[in-house]
Amino acid sequence: MTPLLVSAYTLTTCLGRGLAATLASLRAGSSGLAPCAFETTAIATWIGEVAAVDDQSLPATLARYDCRNNRLAQLGLETDGLAERVRAAAARYGSHRIGVFLGTSTGGILQAELAYRRRDPHSGALPDDFIYRNTHNPFSLAEFARDYFDLEGPAMTVSTACSSSAKAFAAAARQLACGSIDAALVGGVDSLCLTTLYGFASLELTSSQPCRPYDTARNGISVAEGAAFALLERLPENARPGSLLLLGYGESSDAYHMSSPHPQGLGARMAIEAALHSAGLCPFDIDYINLHGTATPSNDAAEGQAVAALFGERTPCSSTKGATGHTLGAAGAVEALICALALTHELLPGSPHTRTADPAIPIDYRLTPRPARVRRALSNSFGFGGSNCSLVFGVSA
Amino acid sequence: MSQTPLTAWVDGVGFLAPGMPDWPTACAILRGEQAYTPAPSVLPVPNVLPPAERRRASRVVKLALALGLEAAAHAETDVGTLATVFTASGADGHNCHALCEQLATDDRRISPTRFHNSVHNAAAGYWGIATGAMAPCQVLCAFDASFGAGLLDALAQVVVDRWATLLIAYDSEYPEPLHRKRPIPDCAGVALLLTPLQSVRSLARIAVTPGTDAAARLADGELESLRTTIPALRSLPLLHRLARREGGSVCLDYLPPMQLRVDCVPC
Repeated sequence: MTPLLVSAYTLTTCLGRGLAATLASLRAGSSGLAPCAFETTAIATWIGEVAAVDDQSLPATLARYDCRNNRLAQLGLETDGLAERVRAAAARYGSHRIGVFLGTSTGGILQAELAYRRRDPHSGALPDDFIYRNTHNPFSLAEFARDYFDLEGPAMTVSTACSSSAKAFAAAARQLACGSIDAALVGGVDSLCLTTLYGFASLELTSSQPCRPYDTARNGISVAEGAAFALLERLPENARPGSLLLLGYGESSDAYHMSSPHPQGLGARMAIEAALHSAGLCPFDIDYINLHGTATPSNDAAEGQAVAALFGERTPCSSTKGATGHTLGAAGAVEALICALALTHELLPGSPHTRTADPAIPIDYRLTPRPARVRRALSNSFGFGGSNCSLVFGVSA
Repeated sequence: MSQTPLTAWVDGVGFLAPGMPDWPTACAILRGEQAYTPAPSVLPVPNVLPPAERRRASRVVKLALALGLEAAAHAETDVGTLATVFTASGADGHNCHALCEQLATDDRRISPTRFHNSVHNAAAGYWGIATGAMAPCQVLCAFDASFGAGLLDALAQVVVDRWATLLIAYDSEYPEPLHRKRPIPDCAGVALLLTPLQSVRSLARIAVTPGTDAAARLADGELESLRTTIPALRSLPLLHRLARREGGSVCLDYLPPMQLRVDCVPC
C-alpha cells in the first residue's frame, strides 16, 4: 500500500489518560491492573479500569448516546488535542470527506445489562430511558463520533471481537486509497461490562492474578477497557521527518474454531505475512513487534509459533497487556499507538508481570523496557471467530 | 486526489427474506412474474458445518451461511478462496437476550457457548469453519446503514486489494423485550459476489458513488415494507435492477445525509 500519514493520535487505558501518561508508564514498566471491583461483579480476577469514565458528561444534544462506552469515547477524543485535529481536518477537507472507522466488541452492551435489571415487573418491558440504537447497538460508537464532529461522510463500526480496531485501520486505508475520503477518524473503544467479565470467566480464560503474557506460568487474561483514536490522511510530499506512518495491513481468518486459535498459528502467520507484503518489507526490517499476547496458554503458544517461524529470535517482541490489560475491541488501536510511542520515543516496551518468558517459544521476548531506535513496528491483533489483523507502522525519513 | 470509482462485477447473488426463500424466487417476484406472498423466512440447515457446530448454529448463522453459499454457487466459485465482508445491524438477538436476562439474575454463570456466540462476528467465524476460507474476513455494523457500509468496504477490497469478495448483509430479529426497542420483523439478507474482473458468469457491473438523492422505492407496498424494516434489504432497489437485468442508476439509503448511487450495467 501507499504509506498513509497518522497525523494525530491519542490513547487512554488503565495506564493513564493520553500519550504522555502512557509513555511514562511504559518507560517505567508499570502496570495499571487492579483487582476487579467493577460494578456488582464478584469474580476473582484483575482488570484494567480507566479512571473517571463516569465523570464524563455528554453534550446535551447527544444525550441519547449516554453510556459508559461513549463516555469513554468522549474522554479519549478530548485528550491530546485529538478533537481539535478532527475539526480542523473537517474544515480543511469538508465534513463529507471525513470517514469514521471505529472498532468495538461489546460497545454499549452494559446499558442493556443494566436495563434488564429494571424491566417492568408485569409486562417485562425494558425501561423507556433505554435507547437501543444509541447505546447497545455496535454502531453507537461510530455514529456518536460522527455526530460529535458533525461529520457527513461514510461511517462504520468494525466488530470482529479482539481484532476490531486493527481492522478499522485497514478499512480506512482502503477508502483513502480509493479517494472516496480525504481523512479518516480511526480507532477503537471497548468498556467494561458484565458480558465480557462473566463470559471470559465462563471459558476459564480469566486469570486470578494480573495477566502474565508469554510467561511459563501464564494462565489467563485481565479484561480491560480503553479508547484509542488516530487521524489518517494521505501522505503530503512535505511531511515532517519523523512523522508517523501506516505502512501496511494484513488480514486473515483461522477457519478453525470460535474461541481457540489455530494451534500452529497459521492464521496469525498469514496476517503477519500479508502486512509485511502490504508494506513491501521483510521480517528483518521490523525493529519491534507488539504481540497480541493475551496470556492464555493457547493464544501465546499459537502466536509465538507464527512469530518464531517468521522472525526467529532476531526481533524484540513484547505484549503490553500486562500493563494495559486486554482492551478487547480497542486492543488493536491501543497497541498500534503503543507502537507509535515506541517509534517516536525510541522505546522497546517490556512486559510487566511476566517473570519468566516461556522457553518453549523461541522469540526475543522482552520483559523490561529499554531505550532503542525503532524505525518500523508490527502490531498483532487476533480475535474470537479466528479473525486476525496485523499492522505495520514506521516513521518518515 | 482523483477518485478511483468503487466498481466491481457482480458474479453471483444469494437472497433470503420472508416469503422469498432464495434468489430465483426473489427474481421471479421482482420481475413481476410471480406475486409476493408474505410468509416467515425459512432457514436451511447448514449441512456444511461439522455436527457440533451445526447443533449450535443459531438462526443468524444459518441465514448468513445460506446467503453466502447461494451466491457462491450461483457464481460457480470455490467459497474457500473468497474474501468476505459480513455486515449486520445486530448480531444474534436471541442469544443476546438470553445473556442479558441471565446477567440480571443472581446466578451470572453464563454458558461459554452463549458467550462466544455473542460476538458480532459469530456468523463470520462459523463461515470460516464451514468453508475453510482463510482469506480476509470483515465484519461491520452501521445500524440501518449496514448494507451501505458493507458495500463500500467490499468494493474497496475488490478495487484496492484485488480480492474477489463476498458481501453478506443480513439481519435477524430480537425477541421481546428487545424487539419493542428494535422491531426487525424476521431474518433476511442478501449476498453479492463482487469480483475485480469480468467473467462469463458476470451478471452486471456496478459502480458506487456518494449521493444525496432520496432512495428508490419499490412499487409493491409489501416489498417496500421489507426494504424499510430490514436494513439489509435497503439493497432491494439494486436487486430489482439485477433481477430485471436493467441498466441505469439507482439510489440506495445509506447514512443521512450520505446516500449511495449505484450505476448498474447488465452483462
